[in-house]
Amino acid sequence: MQHIDPSLIDWSRAQFALTALYHWIFVPLTLGLTFIVAIMETIYIKTGNEWWKKTTKFWMGLLAINFAIGLATGIIMEFEFGTNWSNYSWIVGDIFGAPLAIEGLMAFFMESTFFAVMFFGWNKVSKRTHLLSTWLVAIGSNLSALWILIANGWMQHPVGMHFNPDTARNEMTDFWAVVFNPNAYSKFLHTISSGYVLASLFVIAISSWYLLKKRDIQFAKRSIMVAASFGLMVSLFNLTTGDESARQVALNQPMKLAAMEGLYKGQKEAEIVAFGILDPSKTLKDDKEPFLIKFAIPGGLSLLSYHSFDAYVPGIEDIVYGNKAHHIMGAAEKMQQGKKAVTALKAYKEAKKSGNAKEAEKQRAIFEANSKYMGYGYLTSPKQTVPNVPLTFYAFHTMVGFGTWFILLFIIILYLTMTNELHAHRWVLWAGVWSLPMGYIAQEAGWITAEVGRQPWAIQDMLPVGMATSNIASGSVMLTFWMFAILFTALLIAEVKIMATQINIGPKEADHV
Amino acid sequence: MFNALTTLQLQEYWWFLTALLAALFVFMTFVQGGQSLLWTLAKTETERDIIVNVLGRKWELTFTTLVMFGGALFASFPLFYATSFGGAYYVWMAILFCFIIQAVAYEYRKKPGNVFGEKTYEVFLFINGSLGIILVGTALGTLFTGGHFIVNDMHLSHWTTKTYGLEAVLSFFNVAFGFMLFFLARLSAALYFINAVDDTSILSRARTVLKYESWIFLILFLYVAGSILTMNGYTYDPQTMIVSVEPMKFLHNFEAMPLLAIAFGAGVLLLLAGLYMGTYTQSDKGIWPAGMGIVLTVTSLMLVLGYNHTAFYPSLSDMQSSLTIENSASSRYTLIAMSYVSLLVPFVLGYIVLVWRAMNREKITADEVKNDPHHY
Repeated sequence: MQHIDPSLIDWSRAQFALTALYHWIFVPLTLGLTFIVAIMETIYIKTGNEWWKKTTKFWMGLLAINFAIGLATGIIMEFEFGTNWSNYSWIVGDIFGAPLAIEGLMAFFMESTFFAVMFFGWNKVSKRTHLLSTWLVAIGSNLSALWILIANGWMQHPVGMHFNPDTARNEMTDFWAVVFNPNAYSKFLHTISSGYVLASLFVIAISSWYLLKKRDIQFAKRSIMVAASFGLMVSLFNLTTGDESARQVALNQPMKLAAMEGLYKGQKEAEIVAFGILDPSKTLKDDKEPFLIKFAIPGGLSLLSYHSFDAYVPGIEDIVYGNKAHHIMGAAEKMQQGKKAVTALKAYKEAKKSGNAKEAEKQRAIFEANSKYMGYGYLTSPKQTVPNVPLTFYAFHTMVGFGTWFILLFIIILYLTMTNELHAHRWVLWAGVWSLPMGYIAQEAGWITAEVGRQPWAIQDMLPVGMATSNIASGSVMLTFWMFAILFTALLIAEVKIMATQINIGPKEADHV
Repeated sequence: MFNALTTLQLQEYWWFLTALLAALFVFMTFVQGGQSLLWTLAKTETERDIIVNVLGRKWELTFTTLVMFGGALFASFPLFYATSFGGAYYVWMAILFCFIIQAVAYEYRKKPGNVFGEKTYEVFLFINGSLGIILVGTALGTLFTGGHFIVNDMHLSHWTTKTYGLEAVLSFFNVAFGFMLFFLARLSAALYFINAVDDTSILSRARTVLKYESWIFLILFLYVAGSILTMNGYTYDPQTMIVSVEPMKFLHNFEAMPLLAIAFGAGVLLLLAGLYMGTYTQSDKGIWPAGMGIVLTVTSLMLVLGYNHTAFYPSLSDMQSSLTIENSASSRYTLIAMSYVSLLVPFVLGYIVLVWRAMNREKITADEVKNDPHHY
């Protein structure tokens, strides 16, 4: 359709990745902490114990600091679809815009309206109205996650639409298919539960630090009890939703799954790598072993992906070059069909413009026959369908490894809290403190897996990122990239410093946070 | 229900919703106006705290309305979203930066350890309240004066100048539009403070602002309204979709849609009544007629911009690339689906009004701000 400067694609991707990574530092904590705060306020209302009100206010104060910068980075995400991905906005805006608008209407207004009551309404509305407002903020922030993940899930597994050659865009044909896309739900549940895990780690880390410093003992112990109970419950849920999420990847994005596991050649009884170091010199079809070191569970990947030990899991090379024995079409063949579709679309538009109805009809038929792989028509080499394997592999394994550790941590802390021995095990408290940065790393690693693993596609198999960008000078995007990088970093530093200061002040001063 | 509507009616319905959101956003920019008045209305730290805390209870609503405006445009008129945001890149980015710094400023301003100091965050609020709004107004002005873009046969667009939208500031009309919005925001802020604050010094200064700045606003408004009524507009043939120039298009649109002319006139009168109440009477209710006036005026102006076969975003590079509500809209299916979703709007407006009433039942005083556990 048009020539796009490769550096523009890189800068556009870099800017979006930067915004998304910064945004994702703050969102998971908001998702989880709003619920933890709501639970604490509920206990306050049930018991009438002012101590719980003070505790609620302390965590609410930290939530507010986090919430503000989450909003700041969030507004950019929405508008960047237009500013940096304007072709995308037209080609799929008919479908993608809807969940974004619904998110605004259903979630953002709920959050922003009741946020004011939550923070400023303690003496202006009744206790129950205040509690309701706190819960509505929690529900609103999670509803927001639902709609944005419906949008994201659709990008990973596009359903409920068809390509209209007259408008040259994808148009929605089934709203409910978009809303109930199974990919979106596994993603939503996995994402929000990971946010709850992070919020639990946040409360545990701060409380552990108080216990290590031998201050605010009662506050810390009670907070840890709430957080570890909540954390264990949601991390087990997170484990099951992760399993379903991986299964959806296997069904809809086999290349991503192969990259997540560093699987170059397809196998039956495919093993799952528990720990591994990839050989950096490995290339496609060089017959080298992909791993320098690995510990793997035989049949694990087949079981995880298809719930059967002897299921065949295609590898990267099968997907790139095809595998007739397993009925896998290669990328080259898809590219051929895609190019036919692209050419026919252009010819169709020209025929329509010149009023040649017969030719238009003929070209439309060719287009329809080949449109399934139209996205491949914009690629120049089958190898372009392979994402960055090391980044995807390490990000995925970091997420899984850390996630497993968090479950163990919650169990240990819960047990020691119940036996009243937690304060005597300083290493557990230190582990509680250090697990917080691990939680943030796991969060970012999860998104890197999801987004890097699906490259080069903006919309899986339909629209490569190179076709999705705005047609502007790459220097302009480079300039705004650095402006964002500097501003977001400065604000992050301020956020961390304010948060640390508030934590240091502690709950005794909770009335002044 | 919505299936019975024609595609054009659906497009008009969504243009109406977009117009209403734009109007509500313009009303809610009293938050930005208030930020720009921070050092004008407040001479002491306590007074600054009052101003920031009064606005701090509402800023997120303005922010959300802006985000919703973007979301509604994306869902209903994606070609505008693609063309304007992806083309007038620098203008929209500058606006976004102005809103990023606002989002943290309230929460971080008074917090110990905020790294950059209280003054920096107040400057952030001032930038958002002045430059942010002037830029938004300038961008809205381009809906009348046009942009330098081309849309190709595949409906993909690109900008034809390397200044990517910054050239909009070279148009006196666009800049006047921006400043008109800026002064309107300041006047609404003054009226809002009169309504929501109990502090004699601030109120007295707010009335002084109304007294003088109302005239600046009125001069700008008369220039902008006069220009709109007399300027050339782009019209299109509904059969062939061919775009052409029509002198005094917007005046003709008012003539063709007299209800909009009445709404526009009523809106202006209500706004003037609100300004009069705030300036020359002791009433604290001026914000309400003024607010209703703003919503009516902006909505009717936006409808005149998009209805009656008018190109609401003229292209200065290729007239036939100009955007209309017909050629830039989502598919009929999506518009119908989203129309059902829009039935939630009254419910959302309802709980916003309820919460607003509960939170504004009593005026904010210096004591309340000092004693509020979560003051900004």
